[in-house]
Amino acid sequence: MSGNMNLTLKVWRQKNTSASGTFETYQASGISPDMSFLEMMDVVNEDLIKQGKDPIAFDHDCREGICGMCSMYINGRAHGPLKGVTTCQLHMRTFKDGDTITIEPWRSSAFPVLKDLVVDRSAFDRIQQAGGFVSVNTGSVQDANSIPVPKENADEAFLSAACIGCGACVAACKNSSAMLFVSAKVSQYALLPQGQVERAKRVVNMVEQMDQEGFGNCTNTEACEAECPKQISVSNIARMNREYIKAKLFS
Amino acid sequence: MGSVTRFLDSSIGRKVLMSLTGLFLCTFLIVHASGNLQLFKNDMGLAFNQYSVFMTTFTPIKIVSYLLYATILLHVISGVRLALANKAARPVSYGASKMPGSSSWASSNMMVLGFIILIFLVTHMANFWYKYKFGDVEWVKYEVSVMDGSVIGKTTMPSAPHMQPHEYVVNDGVSAPIKYVIVKDLYSVVQLAFQEVWIVALYLLGMLAIAYHLVHGFQSSFQTLGLRHPAIAGIIRNLGIWVFGIIIPIAFASMPVYFFFFA
Ligand code: HEM
Ligand code: SF4
Ligand code: FES
Repeated sequence: MSGNMNLTLKVWRQKNTSASGTFETYQASGISPDMSFLEMMDVVNEDLIKQGKDPIAFDHDCREGICGMCSMYINGRAHGPLKGVTTCQLHMRTFKDGDTITIEPWRSSAFPVLKDLVVDRSAFDRIQQAGGFVSVNTGSVQDANSIPVPKENADEAFLSAACIGCGACVAACKNSSAMLFVSAKVSQYALLPQGQVERAKRVVNMVEQMDQEGFGNCTNTEACEAECPKQISVSNIARMNREYIKAKLFS
Repeated sequence: MGSVTRFLDSSIGRKVLMSLTGLFLCTFLIVHASGNLQLFKNDMGLAFNQYSVFMTTFTPIKIVSYLLYATILLHVISGVRLALANKAARPVSYGASKMPGSSSWASSNMMVLGFIILIFLVTHMANFWYKYKFGDVEWVKYEVSVMDGSVIGKTTMPSAPHMQPHEYVVNDGVSAPIKYVIVKDLYSVVQLAFQEVWIVALYLLGMLAIAYHLVHGFQSSFQTLGLRHPAIAGIIRNLGIWVFGIIIPIAFASMPVYFFFFA
């Protein structure tokens, strides 16, 4: 078909966590510019399967930018070259015919590679379990107006809650720091009345878990904010630091 | 105490330590730069030499200066620890080089800049601080007019053991009263050091490193402390750029340049 593209892919292949990986080169031919990046990967994999080769393992689920699974580091950027989109929302029209595209997994000791481009992000789950929740008695739903929330707080909390836990912040950070993710989760509750009861304990436990997982330390390069598909602001990190300092030293 | 040490063991605690020590060093830079501007006085170095006596003998200043040395050590040690931990957090590095534009150069190179500053600091301390305290800096006697404070002359003094800086006034009732000031002549040491091209070059490089370190570091330390608000963000960024990135480094850099070319 005319308008279709031929691309060279340099893809990270790694058998399992303990194996050391290498880049393999593949040709992707007849790629429609309207395909998503993951559809392009599907085409390449179908080719590999037809040749009796092991397809490239990559994570994906929703393919609409909400689950946070499609972790790919494309040409030196988490989720590829566009701002504010996940890999699954990236379209091949962003690239040019003849381009070489380098595709790697997130690289962080806290996100071990399981296979090829698939990493284990359960460190995020453990951080979330350490405090990213509110404890409430179940029962019938309350009337929404019984807990007043200032509009600005509701808006800010909503923006923080947009984090999909994809890990691009860790991948993009030169220190593999998870502070943008953790701060988004801390902020989401710190801003709302429902989060107040566990406010101090939450930030302390979540930061402690983050440190135990072996993420690096933020040096405020702000690459995370630039690469986050949900454009979570680094002002959340300042809030988390504030919350943590208050909780540790003044309560 | 236990909770403070545990706080300093956490990622955020260590960062808070970096930012507090960094900010303390920033305040010192202001004091140091403004004090040293006395090098430019046209008084054969009298004001500068007297200022040096004050800085090394006045007890509160002495206490602050030891606090300062400890602060530098703490800043360096915890900076290196953080940098090593950050390296360890990514054992396999990316194959593709990072696309530029997602973060500033200075913010990604704080350790490199810090090491340049450290090399500079060690040379600087060896050149002046160590020489002044333990080396044989020449003693000089200034002759100062009591009437208008102008410096009339400067002569070298034979050094004697246990010599102390002091001053006295001679007023014979006939000629105009004269004040004599006896001090170590650090000014000449400075003047001599800044005739060397490599020292001047190292100072300029050091100041460039401080400028970049602080254009990022000054505002970064407020972010670390959680002091971020739209109302103050612009002020902090501008202070970082203008005061710590431009004015102070230029003030410091002008000293070696002045002595190299003009004195
Ligand atoms: C005049 C001397 C210095 C001043 C005024 C200074 C100031 C600062 C400031 C304000 C920060 C920002 C802290 C933050 O982001 O919270 C910083 C960070 C840093 N400094 Fe310095 N510094 C000086 C010397 C040094 C030296 C000698 C080294 C190391 C050899 C060093 C290494 C670092 C590192 C690695 C960081 C980044 C730490 C991080 O963000 O985790 N600095 N400095
Ligand atoms: S903060 Fe952004 S980059 Fe990090 S996990 Fe959340 S959505 Fe992904
Ligand atoms: S596959 Fe769900 S966000 Fe990309």
